Amino acid sequence: MASLAHAALDEGVAAARIKVRRHKQLVMVLRIAFAVVMLGSWEILSRTKTIDPFFFGRPSEIGHKIWVWATVGTPDGPLWEQVRITMEEALLGFGIGVGAGIVFGLALGRIRLLAEVLGPYIKAANSIPRVVLGSIFIIWLGLGLPSKVALAFVLVFFVVFFNAFQGVREVNEDVIANARILGANRRQVTTQVVLPSALTWIIASLHTSFGFALVGAVVGEFIGSIHGLGHLIAFAQGTFDTNGVFAAMFILAVIALGAEFLITALENRLITWRPSRRDEVAL
Amino acid sequence: METAISSERVTAPGSGATPAIELVGAAKRFRTPSGDVYTALHDFSLSVHRGEFVSIVGPTGCGKSTTLSLISGLAPASAGEVRVMGEPVTAIGKQLGYVFQGDVLFPWKSVMGTVSAGLRFRGVAKREAQERAREWIAKVGLSGFEDHYPHQLSGGMRKRTALAQSLITSPEILLMDEPFSALDVQTRTLMEDELLELWSSTSASVVFVTHDLEEAIALSDRVCVMTAGPGTVKGIYDIDLPRPRHVSEIRFDTRFVELYRDIWENLRDEVLLSYERAKSNG
Ligand SMILES: Nc1ncnc2c1ncn2[C@@H]1O[C@H](COP(=O)(O)OP(=O)(O)O)[C@@H](O)[C@H]1O
Ligand SMILES: [Mg+2]
Repeated sequence: MASLAHAALDEGVAAARIKVRRHKQLVMVLRIAFAVVMLGSWEILSRTKTIDPFFFGRPSEIGHKIWVWATVGTPDGPLWEQVRITMEEALLGFGIGVGAGIVFGLALGRIRLLAEVLGPYIKAANSIPRVVLGSIFIIWLGLGLPSKVALAFVLVFFVVFFNAFQGVREVNEDVIANARILGANRRQVTTQVVLPSALTWIIASLHTSFGFALVGAVVGEFIGSIHGLGHLIAFAQGTFDTNGVFAAMFILAVIALGAEFLITALENRLITWRPSRRDEVAL
Repeated sequence: METAISSERVTAPGSGATPAIELVGAAKRFRTPSGDVYTALHDFSLSVHRGEFVSIVGPTGCGKSTTLSLISGLAPASAGEVRVMGEPVTAIGKQLGYVFQGDVLFPWKSVMGTVSAGLRFRGVAKREAQERAREWIAKVGLSGFEDHYPHQLSGGMRKRTALAQSLITSPEILLMDEPFSALDVQTRTLMEDELLELWSSTSASVVFVTHDLEEAIALSDRVCVMTAGPGTVKGIYDIDLPRPRHVSEIRFDTRFVELYRDIWENLRDEVLLSYERAKSNG
């Protein structure tokens, strides 16, 4: 009897699993269908001249452009070289911005006097439209890598800083008190209680801030440089090459999605203690 | 290994040694956001002897948690004296365990990491800390759950983890703030029995805060009844029930019922007062 009941239960679970898999397949198919419909109608509208291909480009031409850039090269040189340059600027700005954001967030979150003194200045600095700083950085630091890194840095820093600061402020007082009772000194409280507590906030900010790093690098290149994806866009714009602009945009989107994937992987690695998504899937 | 000495446990009130904990006319005032001063605790005097188990009962908001924060050194008294082992409290006590009212387990630490945390903070090497943690995890009945995270544990298991976390540092003073109030009745009775057993193999002096008079009588050597806020001592009762006790059975003891009636007589007015106030405040 018991084994019968067991078999019935197993069957139920198996059926539920199949249902979940079917649903996933359906979602995938619909996603692809969506892309086909969007790109297809763009292509058709452009070919029938319903929309002007000069202004709106054409998916097949964009694909061709990327193919030519990848095989023959871009006006600025090999494509991978442009990607590498932009990535290098973005990653440097991202790394330094994240590091500084965490350190300042923790410091101001933990040291009240520091927060009281510096708080207004940080708010003021944050209210400057930061992309404008790109021009200043190029005047200060020239057309090379440092000015792009600086712009990516300021964009990333504030996002991470405010998240880290908020994360520190949200830490449960009693959790800290518990650690102190258990013998943790101030440094141990900061590194072993406050930082892990704030980590969910900090990592959440990485998702948005990598996008900002990329924006910083590309805008910097756009304003003044001699290579990189941003310069490629500027060049395409200058020659009224709509497909070129779209092609560079597409490459940037792929990079951003790849980074998003890596950050999610990092998040899952660092925050293993969180209830996993699997727990939430209803069978 | 410790052996249980529960039956001939010596609690020797006034046996010459200085009390483990002494509060003399202690008060605690808070500044409210509107700038007023709110008195949470007022002229509070109590001493706890070494190895004694004292419960504090009182209506919600009467200052029980505040009292524990003064003893622990987490917060300074606004007036009066607080001494632990004869020394005025100026910082967080080194030989002190504190089981908090809320859930304060680190969500990112496994049971093993949580229980060994106190030793690790105090500089004990990882291997040794983990070995000792393993023993304590076994003592609270959580063997096999070493790698579980708090979100994977039931309420009772979380409290057991918290208890092991506090006891592993062999505290001389153990403060417990309504540790079992969030548990269901069955789990709670089990945990109360386990607490008595664990305590009997230590020499810790315990201050146990609760709003449940039954729990207070069943566990304690003395029960301190507090007035509705601002809290002060309304009465202190000796609980002359023999040990070892079994919490699930002792409730039917005639002496228990007598004590309950006496103390409740005193506590009831405070509870009603507190209730009336809460009602009139909306
Ligand atoms: N940090 C604080 N600031 C202001 N008021 C507080 C603070 N902590 C506690 N209180 C107030 O002091 C009173 C006693 O609190 P508490 O000791 O937590 O009561 P109990 O634990 O007996 O329920 C309550 O009215 C509470 O609102
Ligand atoms: Mg309380």
